[in-house]
Amino acid sequence: MMARGSNKLSPFNITALALGFSFLYLPIVILVIYSFNASRLVTVWGGWSLRWYVEFFNDRAMLDAAWMSFRVAASSATLATLLGTLAAVALSRGANFRGRALFSGMLYAPLVMPEVITGLSLLLLFVALDAERGFWTVTIAHTTLTLCFVAVVVQSRLGALDPTLEEAAMDLGCDPLRAFLAATLPLILPSIAAGWMLAFTLSLDDLVIASFTTGPGSSTLPIRIYSEVRLGVKPEINAICTLIIGAIAVVIVGASLAAKLSDARGESAAPL
Amino acid sequence: MSAPSIFTRPARLAVIAPYLWMALFFLVPFAFVLKISMSQTAIAQPPYTPVFDLTAGWEAIKAAFAALSADNFRLLVSDDLYVLSYLRSLVVASVSTAILLAIGYPIAYGMARLPRRWQSVAVMLVIVPFWTSFLIRIYAWINILQHDGLLNQVLLALHLVSAPVVWLSTDSAMYLGIVYSYLPFMILPLYATLAKLDPALLEAASDLGSSPARAFWLVTFPLSLPGVAAGALLCFIPIVGEFVIPDLLAGSDSLMIGQTLWLEFFTNKDWPVASAAAVVLLLLLLAPLLLYDRLQRRQLEAR
Repeated sequence: MMARGSNKLSPFNITALALGFSFLYLPIVILVIYSFNASRLVTVWGGWSLRWYVEFFNDRAMLDAAWMSFRVAASSATLATLLGTLAAVALSRGANFRGRALFSGMLYAPLVMPEVITGLSLLLLFVALDAERGFWTVTIAHTTLTLCFVAVVVQSRLGALDPTLEEAAMDLGCDPLRAFLAATLPLILPSIAAGWMLAFTLSLDDLVIASFTTGPGSSTLPIRIYSEVRLGVKPEINAICTLIIGAIAVVIVGASLAAKLSDARGESAAPL
Repeated sequence: MSAPSIFTRPARLAVIAPYLWMALFFLVPFAFVLKISMSQTAIAQPPYTPVFDLTAGWEAIKAAFAALSADNFRLLVSDDLYVLSYLRSLVVASVSTAILLAIGYPIAYGMARLPRRWQSVAVMLVIVPFWTSFLIRIYAWINILQHDGLLNQVLLALHLVSAPVVWLSTDSAMYLGIVYSYLPFMILPLYATLAKLDPALLEAASDLGSSPARAFWLVTFPLSLPGVAAGALLCFIPIVGEFVIPDLLAGSDSLMIGQTLWLEFFTNKDWPVASAAAVVLLLLLLAPLLLYDRLQRRQLEAR
């Protein structure tokens, strides 16, 4: 990469960056601040208070939905990481196997496919299979969506690896599986971790696909939040959102540590 | 792509599980959507008359094929509600993508010109909101845009308006929500291409007497077009089918197709019409989807 000393930032660049980043962050900051508002009126500042957090922890239905979301996110992220990593290995190391174009198409399409289509089609499948809708159907649906994200994250990492490492391992007498486990896996581990965390947060976030594929009595957190938000702004929702943002912030710090770790091993990797 | 290595065979075995999974849970379901889109609505659970019953023998299957009908598709074409929904979705997605490009490009350009050390921080800052819940980010805007929300308070305090302005349930609120939610999807691919540009090209242009503005339009912009295409597709395709943002921020007088589909499915319980709407939506998006697939494959596999 070239030195960038000659490229000075113009005032235009600085303005664009400053406006852009405040646009991205201001609404979230305001939301977090107002979650500590003592007043019931969301927009009138009544001093700092934790009452809406207390309200949330006394809201049985919300807590059940949060627990359901957490279980779905953890299970689907784990399944998706397994399948997505296998898919990435196949695409970057499998050369031209039969059906490769169809396979990569099936992996890339869900990344942009409107969620109403994915959700509706999965529901019709579950109905045709006569599957009982609830935890497992939502988990399968989320796994299908998020494994594609994991595959892309891991595949871009695998593509940046030096293939001679694997060849060296084999020259030293490893069979292919051992060479992969000993030479390649440790190097892609940070991106696998980042993939898991991305899958986890995507699942925690999803409203549309979960609405289609869940059954009566098993709402996820976004489904509950959505039905509350349709009725108007409630301070309790601000508190829940702040808690989710906090949880995701922890995950992001974890992911960036993972990325740092992989940087420290000599190659650059972005979490996405 | 490196020459086939020792990993080729085991890697081919690795494909089996994800291949079967995606075939079963991504590809096969479309067959069901197609099938149900051609069946009749019924007041039952599930609310459609089954088209195929494989246990009933060959004659019954032939009869079932005869019973397939295009009635739902005829309804979609003849009813203004659906036609207008599709049109509105395409218009909203095109306008949003144009706004996203106009806002995202200067930001991505600024990021690419940051000192190297700061670039990864900036990328992180763009990715973080993408990880933060979609629904929460829309909800944050409802907080700000509502009748006695922060925006109206600020405008009133500055005496820019004399009475609170109605922001919620308008198209402006919806566009704001869409641009806000999809901005990272636009910035990241743009930044990825802009950061890779060789600054020597710009120096060459200025050595040959180009003004910075001319050099930008003659050198930087044409070279960044792959990023523009990737960002535009990454935003346009999902926005066409968007449901949550128009539902929470736009008014209810005109609907996008995602909302119409949702309404048919959850409120009217008309699964066949909802399926037909999904089939048509997919057909509309087929060309951009194929283009996106090609771009994605080139980016991830042609190293």
